[in-house]
Amino acid sequence: MTKDEIIKKVNEFLVDEIEIDPADITPEAELKKDLGIDSLDFVDIVVIVEKTFGFKMKGEDMAEVLTLAAFYDYIERKIAA
Amino acid sequence: MNRVVITGMGIYSVLGKNKEEVKESLFQGKSGIGLDLRRKEFGFRSSLTGIIERPDLKSALSRRMRVGLPEQGEYAYVATVEALKQAGIDQVYLDKNIVGILFGNDSSAVPVIEGWETMKAKRDTSLIGSGSIFQSMNSTVTMNLSVIFKLKGINFTLSGACASGSHAIGIGALLIKQGLQDMIICGGAQEINMESMGSFDGLSAFSVRENEPQKASRPFDRDRDGLVPSGGGAAIVLESYESAVKRGATILGEVLGYGFSSNGDHISVPNVEGPQRSLEMALQQAGLKPSDIDYINAHATSTPVGDSNEAQSIFEVFGSEVPVSSTKGMTGHEMWMGGASEVIYSMLMAQNSFIAPNINFENPDEFSAKLNIISKTKQHTINTFLSNSFGFGGTNSSLIIKKL
Repeated sequence: MTKDEIIKKVNEFLVDEIEIDPADITPEAELKKDLGIDSLDFVDIVVIVEKTFGFKMKGEDMAEVLTLAAFYDYIERKIAA
Repeated sequence: MNRVVITGMGIYSVLGKNKEEVKESLFQGKSGIGLDLRRKEFGFRSSLTGIIERPDLKSALSRRMRVGLPEQGEYAYVATVEALKQAGIDQVYLDKNIVGILFGNDSSAVPVIEGWETMKAKRDTSLIGSGSIFQSMNSTVTMNLSVIFKLKGINFTLSGACASGSHAIGIGALLIKQGLQDMIICGGAQEINMESMGSFDGLSAFSVRENEPQKASRPFDRDRDGLVPSGGGAAIVLESYESAVKRGATILGEVLGYGFSSNGDHISVPNVEGPQRSLEMALQQAGLKPSDIDYINAHATSTPVGDSNEAQSIFEVFGSEVPVSSTKGMTGHEMWMGGASEVIYSMLMAQNSFIAPNINFENPDEFSAKLNIISKTKQHTINTFLSNSFGFGGTNSSLIIKKL
């Protein structure tokens, strides 16, 4: 899966399933502060990521993932691993 | 002691998606019963059920508000919006005042099953998702609605089997009467899905008259063969008289009496004495005599023993003259919700001066022959009515309400 495909899939589920306003989706956007993703949303994102990308996110991994760009990178690394 | 009045009502049921639609169905004696044939694939004796469409709340509620809301919570939400609107209560009022919520609900099967299916397949609880816990608890309805409407008063769910909705109104009325709350949104909610009904079907309690779905629920009729499960949501704004007058609200009715009892007997087979005590207590609390009641909305669910015993209870206390009907001929058995919805059905009848028919009552049995059962829509002035609700474990609730 290319990076562009990862970005497309993440943006799609953020808009369609987490109902983030598409206008707020930029690589620099912080997940919590700018996109309003809270701890319960993260529980659902774990489920969606498992279905979409086939791996299980861990809470501790997300501690350093602050922005959307970092989230794309994180998924890319996990898929490559 | 405060007087307790009704200032708003909302209903989402198999008879309609709001009060106007429901009133019309009640007047026409329209059945909301049909078949869910998928039940046969899973070994149900009966595929009969109330038929209802789930509301689409995507534009009304945020994702976070919807994620924790199960089917019956959606029905309760729609009913609550209608009830608050009629009561003239907006979010500004809810933000500035102490308003409580008490609903009757006694199950939430689907999220439990879906959560377990995920655990079996994935062996990992973190893949269940965030909504399941909030959907699966009995208190799901009040848990969700109190957050959606930002309520600050009393907040819990009451589980009293098929009398849950009635007890919720009764307990809400007592809290207001005592001066502990000025306003409480009371109601009942009932899931209607197959998953929640399998074990009940397994008791052979449901009608199997599948060749005539709209004739299957036939309370008090000689040829009844069981109940038809149904559901929806019903909400009532209960308020102290002083609060309603101060707000300039339109007062629709007054809760005059709440009677309750437990049979102290069998877990599923009702008796005569328990309900009779509930009826007598409601009259005593209301300070009324039997002849003051203009209409009885019976619990009668179309089961052979239940209807006979209720007929005897009503006859013992009220004799033969008072008009009686069970709206369950049209709705099926709305269970946890029925005690609340049937207050609304009776209020709609009182406001429009008719008695909705006990449809499918064609031939009486030994006990129903002694009652004045109304089988065709009848023009009738109802000032004061009584609504009965009984449930497993022998829990009984009777409410007496006066139209104002």
